[in-house]
Amino acid sequence: MSMGSLLEMKGITKVYPNGVLANDGVDFSVRKGEIHALVGENGAGKTTLMRVLFGLETPDEGEIYYKGSQLQISSPLQAIRSGIGMVHQHFMLAPSLTVTENIVLGVEPRKGLRFDWDQAVSKVKELAERYNLHVDPRAQIRDIPIGMRQKVEILKALLRGAELLVLDEPTAVLTPQETEELFASLMELKKQGHTMVFISHKLGEVKQITDRISVMRGGRMVGVRNTAEVSEADISRLMVGRDVLLRVNKPPAKPGKKVLEVESLSLFTPEGKALLDGVSFSVREGEILGIAGVEGNGQSELVEILTGLRQAHGGSLRIEGQLCTNAAPGQLRRLGVSHIPEDRMLHGVAVDAAIQENLMADRISKPDYSGKVFLRTKDIESTAKSLVQEFNIVARSPRTPVKMLSGGNIQKVVVAREFSSNPKLVIANQPTRGVDVGAIEFIHRKLVEICRSGVAVLLISADLNEVMSLSDRLLVFYGGRVVAGFSNADAVSEEELGLYMLGIKAQESAQLKEALA
Amino acid sequence: MIRRDLVFEIGRTLIAIALALLLGFVIVLLVSEEPFNAFINFVAGPLTTTRRIGNWIEATIPLIFTGLAVCIAFQAGQFNIGAEGQLFFGAVTATIVALTFQLPMYLHVLVALLGAMVGGAIAGAIPGIMKARWGANELVSSLMLNYVFYRLGLYLINYHYRDSSAGAMVSYRLPETSWLQQFWPPTRVHWGLWVALAAILFSYLFLYRTRWGYALRMTGLNKDFAAYAGISVSAVIIYSQVISGAIAGLAGAADVLGLYRRFQWQQLPGYGFDGIIIAILARNHPLGVPIAALFLAYVRSGASIMSRMSDVSAEMVAIIQGIMILLVTAQAFLAKWRHRSVVREAKKHGLNA
Repeated sequence: MSMGSLLEMKGITKVYPNGVLANDGVDFSVRKGEIHALVGENGAGKTTLMRVLFGLETPDEGEIYYKGSQLQISSPLQAIRSGIGMVHQHFMLAPSLTVTENIVLGVEPRKGLRFDWDQAVSKVKELAERYNLHVDPRAQIRDIPIGMRQKVEILKALLRGAELLVLDEPTAVLTPQETEELFASLMELKKQGHTMVFISHKLGEVKQITDRISVMRGGRMVGVRNTAEVSEADISRLMVGRDVLLRVNKPPAKPGKKVLEVESLSLFTPEGKALLDGVSFSVREGEILGIAGVEGNGQSELVEILTGLRQAHGGSLRIEGQLCTNAAPGQLRRLGVSHIPEDRMLHGVAVDAAIQENLMADRISKPDYSGKVFLRTKDIESTAKSLVQEFNIVARSPRTPVKMLSGGNIQKVVVAREFSSNPKLVIANQPTRGVDVGAIEFIHRKLVEICRSGVAVLLISADLNEVMSLSDRLLVFYGGRVVAGFSNADAVSEEELGLYMLGIKAQESAQLKEALA
Repeated sequence: MIRRDLVFEIGRTLIAIALALLLGFVIVLLVSEEPFNAFINFVAGPLTTTRRIGNWIEATIPLIFTGLAVCIAFQAGQFNIGAEGQLFFGAVTATIVALTFQLPMYLHVLVALLGAMVGGAIAGAIPGIMKARWGANELVSSLMLNYVFYRLGLYLINYHYRDSSAGAMVSYRLPETSWLQQFWPPTRVHWGLWVALAAILFSYLFLYRTRWGYALRMTGLNKDFAAYAGISVSAVIIYSQVISGAIAGLAGAADVLGLYRRFQWQQLPGYGFDGIIIAILARNHPLGVPIAALFLAYVRSGASIMSRMSDVSAEMVAIIQGIMILLVTAQAFLAKWRHRSVVREAKKHGLNA
């Protein structure tokens, strides 16, 4: 065992029931008091490794040493007792409870048989003070912003005595301002002797905050480096195994006629709260209109309405001038709308069906693929084969069930289907969420390609980098409304966007009108 | 399904059957004075005479229909606990059609079978429409409708088509032109067997070779995905239940037109619930249905022979059935064994290969 190691994982192997070898003899070690980055493409095995550490998965082989002695971790409870805490990518909080209640849940201070609320509040306050993680102990979780929820998650782990904190893509849901704040807290934690594992895709952040970097690729550990000694390009080369083009090459847009026209669209919750509040905009052929915004500000609802999965309560929607408000998904598809859904596992694929069956879902009734009674099996197979080839889907055969593929390849199945249907409008909602760098590059290139061939593209993304580098025009959503619009997406800074996304700034209606046209 | 999974599922089913039979034998050993005689009658009995082989095949025919009916509903992600009522009502409508029309030989059978399909389809359509239009849980509605169609069927037969000269509550005798002919004397094996084979072929082609079957399977695998892709999920729910009901209706017609030649049920025959067992054993695949139906019918007729030839009662078979279903449906049963082969293969091929 090497000097000063707090955690040592040796030869971890994990195979999932669907046959995916997620970890293949992985060695991973963390020194006491460092912030250690764990990076890799999606599907490289980072999350699996951390799930093993936290007792959420049982490894098929391998050993874990913590503070010098071997540890058998079979449940999260055991991991927490040993001093290992995890902040998940999706927060595990009860929205109707207060900040304090969430933090002390399970380790509540008591007065006799009763819950001692005052002591709990003061405990939380003290803890927040000590680590510079400011939260409002009396607020309900559902009323506080994402950034504060994350602090609650961190405090939860700290209260349980976590010395080693695992942060799974903590900045994925944060605005630039919130990210800066988080980093300040992490540095404070480090100063007080805590050790952190920082899982991330964003190499800039990794460079900024970590001491050492472990890089995983294809289920194996491919290198450990001191952060100070490597550049972002070095890390990304290690991750992907080759040079990647992170900047998108985009020829200038030549916008044509309007394909999609949205006019004062509105949607309400059963309680009467507006989810969409008079949203209007249009997308022209040959341009990419980007929608930026913190998640949960109406973007998902907008997409659901545009694709027929949800009914609007007011407003109208036209495709190439034809009124089609609240049409069924099949009708909209026939008008040339294609859709890369936000949640590919829910809407994008049927995981137990073969790749070729997934590729044909939107077009099976067309005469090319189905005769009067029987399917044209040969045509289906040959089309599927060529799509698999064109879109680089790594699979044994088009008959392989989708569940056997990695996240990036599943997304490529979705993209292949949606791009090959001769669309007039492509609605891409988080098109590269949770896919590896290689697939991101590929999907970005395809998006630009299809757009410049004369298709209108509506891009919704929580990844500022993505939405800024791909879009020609840009809108910002906040609270179910368009609060800002930029007719030239290159002319905006990340910081400025952040202010609009947080609702701190909003444009005047005159300025907005110009960008919406 | 990929080959490894297929081999695993077949192996798992066979082991489950073997274990269930073993346990059955142990029980016989405990309760019987002549355990070996009883067990040999159970295991080999159905094959000892031509008539017994015939009984086995006769019993298989309705089970094939109800097994297929449940398969189709299951593949659409729907339950059909109503096959029982559908087949009962199908038998009633077949009887009514056979008694009402006077037609030449082959045509009359066909029309009577069609009548059964229409009756079953109506009974199946109701839970389908209720689910598609109002979101009514088809599990509950199809189960409840069993009793509705049971009583409705009895009313129609007892009050309108009852043969008062017969000593029991039965319908008039059906005209010979409407019979499914028995073709293998001395057994009662009848043309219904060929109809069953046709239904298997139809179900397979429909599910795997037509766009409607494709839409049905995608809806069953992930209905959000199906809706997203432009498939009309409510249409699928309705037509899957209609087709399922129509096939279930044939099960009733097969027994009435092929075996009894008059309507004589006063109770629900139970084939509808057997259909669920068969669909589970066949993993919802139409080509697995005849094998599962033959197997279930074999166990049943073995048990009935055993009860006649020894001191063990036929209900013993219910225990064997229960254990089998339990083991087959338990996802984790033998999963470790499979996982080890998965690990081995994964390491050989590397990531995601």
